[in-house]
Amino acid sequence: MRKALAILLLVIVGYYFIAIFLNVPFGNKPKGVGEYYLDKTPTQTGAANAVTAIVVSYRGFDTLGEVTVLFLAATGLGAILFDKKGKKRRLQNASIIVKETSRVIYPLIVLLGAYVFIHGHLTPGGGFQGGAIIATGVLLMFMSYRSFETNHGALSWIESLAGITFVSLGLSGLIWGTSFLQNILVGGAQQNLGQLNHLVSAGIIPLIYIAVGFKVGAELTALLDNMLKTIK
Amino acid sequence: MNWVEILTVALCLLLIVAAIFAVYQKDLILAVIGTSAISVALSALYFILQAPDVALTEAAIGVALTTIIFVITIKKTKRYEE
Repeated sequence: MRKALAILLLVIVGYYFIAIFLNVPFGNKPKGVGEYYLDKTPTQTGAANAVTAIVVSYRGFDTLGEVTVLFLAATGLGAILFDKKGKKRRLQNASIIVKETSRVIYPLIVLLGAYVFIHGHLTPGGGFQGGAIIATGVLLMFMSYRSFETNHGALSWIESLAGITFVSLGLSGLIWGTSFLQNILVGGAQQNLGQLNHLVSAGIIPLIYIAVGFKVGAELTALLDNMLKTIK
Repeated sequence: MNWVEILTVALCLLLIVAAIFAVYQKDLILAVIGTSAISVALSALYFILQAPDVALTEAAIGVALTTIIFVITIKKTKRYEE
């Protein structure tokens, strides 16, 4: 009886999923709100990448919430795994091939991460992606060198300063007499709005994404370090 | 059929196969490798569907960070499912 009910439920859910999926117009020009965003993004926010404009400018407050959630998760994990004695990682050193390769690749990965979050308003990617890429680079070093250490004090300073930068950039909009996270640098003096190949072209969007990139990178690095140190 | 459609179908098949592998595998490390294979295929699919931002996120978070966190957890608990 219960199995029959479960199968019935699955059939109903599957039917509606397929019905929705068949009606999604993949690859067509978006209508309604999508069209509005694609039309207005370059002139209103100055970002050539519409996704970044939505994440940081139109829905900037949600991004602040996301950053807060990530901060709380990292802090909670650090509190659970906290150890007074200051543990060391017990992983053995990797082989010489892995060690030498990761020593060469590590700066390149960090550079790629920095590129991704600095050019968030021009190319795909942004603060979250860039921060995650940097954390994977540090992870590679953690896995291959037993002696590779990060400075937890510096990491928490970077994290806090980046968070403060984000909030004060948002508050600067209020000081200017507009709304929270208003893109105050766009309009009037600034040129190159919404153009590709111009790094300084989207007001406070790159500044916010740089702050988010530093914050996410520092948080994920501290999180990975905390977790790797608990392995016996 | 052009090569993009063939690639899309192949990636979807890889997704399904990797998902079934991850569910039925008793060795949890191999199951985690299966989930990261799902992330690789999904990332490529996002790129084909013109969402490179999401593809980057999926590649960085899904392939690297989630996998390593699962591996650490498995290392601290049991490797084989009963």
